[in-house]
Amino acid sequence: MSLLSIKNMDVSIGQYSVLHGVTFDVPEGGVFVLLGRNGAGKTTTLRSIMGLWDRPAGSVTFRGEDISSLHTSDIARRGIAFVPENMGIFGGLTVAENMVLATASGKFDDTRLKRVYELFPALEQFWDKQAWSLSGGQKQMLAVARAIIEPRDLILIDEPTKGLAPSIISAMGEAFREISETTTILLVEQNFAFAKSLGRDMAVIDDGQVVHTGAMADFAADTALQDRLLSLSMEGA
Amino acid sequence: MNTLGNMIERAGGVFLLPVAIAIIAFVLIGAPSSWLTLTVAGLAMGMMLFLMASGLSLVFGLMDVLNFGHSAFVSFGAFVAASVLAYFGGWLGSDSIVLNVMALVFAIAAAIVFGAALGWFFERVIVKPVYSDHLRQILITMGALIVAEQLILATWGGTPTNVPRPHFLEGTIIVGGSSLEVYRLFAFIVGAVVYAGLYLLLNKTRIGLLIRAGVENREMVEALGFKIDRLFIGVFMLGSALAAMGGAMWAGYETLITPALGAEMMVIVFIVVIIGGLGSIQGTLLGAIMVALMQNYVGFLAPKLALASNMLLMMAILLWRPYGLAPAVK
Ligand SMILES: Nc1ncnc2c1ncn2[C@@H]1O[C@H](COP(=O)(O)OP(=O)(O)OP(=O)(O)O)[C@@H](O)[C@H]1O
Ligand SMILES: [Mg+2]
Repeated sequence: MSLLSIKNMDVSIGQYSVLHGVTFDVPEGGVFVLLGRNGAGKTTTLRSIMGLWDRPAGSVTFRGEDISSLHTSDIARRGIAFVPENMGIFGGLTVAENMVLATASGKFDDTRLKRVYELFPALEQFWDKQAWSLSGGQKQMLAVARAIIEPRDLILIDEPTKGLAPSIISAMGEAFREISETTTILLVEQNFAFAKSLGRDMAVIDDGQVVHTGAMADFAADTALQDRLLSLSMEGA
Repeated sequence: MNTLGNMIERAGGVFLLPVAIAIIAFVLIGAPSSWLTLTVAGLAMGMMLFLMASGLSLVFGLMDVLNFGHSAFVSFGAFVAASVLAYFGGWLGSDSIVLNVMALVFAIAAAIVFGAALGWFFERVIVKPVYSDHLRQILITMGALIVAEQLILATWGGTPTNVPRPHFLEGTIIVGGSSLEVYRLFAFIVGAVVYAGLYLLLNKTRIGLLIRAGVENREMVEALGFKIDRLFIGVFMLGSALAAMGGAMWAGYETLITPALGAEMMVIVFIVVIIGGLGSIQGTLLGAIMVALMQNYVGFLAPKLALASNMLLMMAILLWRPYGLAPAVK
């Protein structure tokens, strides 16, 4: 059984219909990559899973339970963490305060905190700094760290490499690889090289619909398919 | 130039502005004793304005709700306190400080409880249906303010209501040649204590952490697993209770109140919140003190300009800092 299963999800924002019958399954374990051109509906899909847009139709099943009508906070409590496109850092709070808010009890589990420090040493260094003063890469690290400070079953991550330097991107990739050994990641990515190096399974979304699903290895080998589904010069699928 | 800027920043930045205003006023006024009287009056008024405005600022910051009815809580607080004080009139006149204080505590507590209850009703019935729709918020909360004023008019009548003061808060003390009203010192102390309490709540507790986080990004607070609705209602009730408390203190300060009180305070409370920057209580305190000092100094130096002075102050500050002096980080 898959960890997360989305069936026929339609989403409208205002009067615009953005997603039309999005359907895909995320198996447990590893990194599942959601690809698609700009404006295809990737962010909308993640936000809808998180309950941040109204979903007029379709179902979102997580561990066998339909979560599509749950409140965002209850979805989070079911074990889904969200790292949004804009990172969602609380800039006026310190790194420590950002992290403590991500714990359910207000207390850190020492082993998990140690693991965060090991993955992202900068966070330990700037622990008492206000988060707005962090660099873009450090903010992204903080956003990911918040998602793993508690045990979770699934982490939704929206374009984590956007605007980051290559060295930071590769560090981020290492961190994701390690995290995905224990936690499933649903990753939205435009950086195909990055996505390819991490993904096990994948789906492509275009114009609010899933137009391809399969193994990342197969997709990576098929450059014609990549061109057709991802290149900006070609319309439709 | 840059090093001067850094020095000012390190010494407190915008929070030095009231000090600057006080120094300029000192030069303009010339007479130290008058200046001291005006400064204490300004600080006392500032603290009361802070009580009235802090809720509005937090509610806007956290909930993005423009509550034009906020001053209804101020009015109700004033009138409820006035009635309770009148009821305990015998205790107020007594020489026993215990009876004095008890009457006062009852009056303020009644205002707070009434404010919180009214806040609960307001949030559930009036504001909740219009979350995320500013135009409707303005219309419906202004409507609610009118209804509240009419209710006050119907309950307490249109003639000015007299507010008896406890005996121990009457009179003045003389410090260095200037006479300071005891009530003003009292108002200042109460405001300072409330500010300290709010500061601790916001900065030292988990609820406070959630509120500060929610002011910045509501969605993310929910995505971390917290129900923002519960925070909303809590903050709304806290804000209304504080406004009612501010109204109660104001009633004792003015000693004569009319149902127009709410509408009168509304303008000034909005100026305070806009100057200070939305969503932060430090900003609100700063705005309140500046507005009150200006009002008192200008009222003395150029009485005709007293009303306009705060509008000018607001415009000058918005030109310089469009989000106010110390807004919450967004
Ligand atoms: N708040 C909104 N209001 C109106 N339309 C929106 C809103 N958010 C997204 N859309 C529209 O929905 C469509 C999908 O947007 P979405 O952000 O999900 O795309 P995306 O795949 O994440 O793109 P990108 O790669 O640029 O982040 C776009 O056409 C966009 O214009
Ligand atoms: Mg996106």
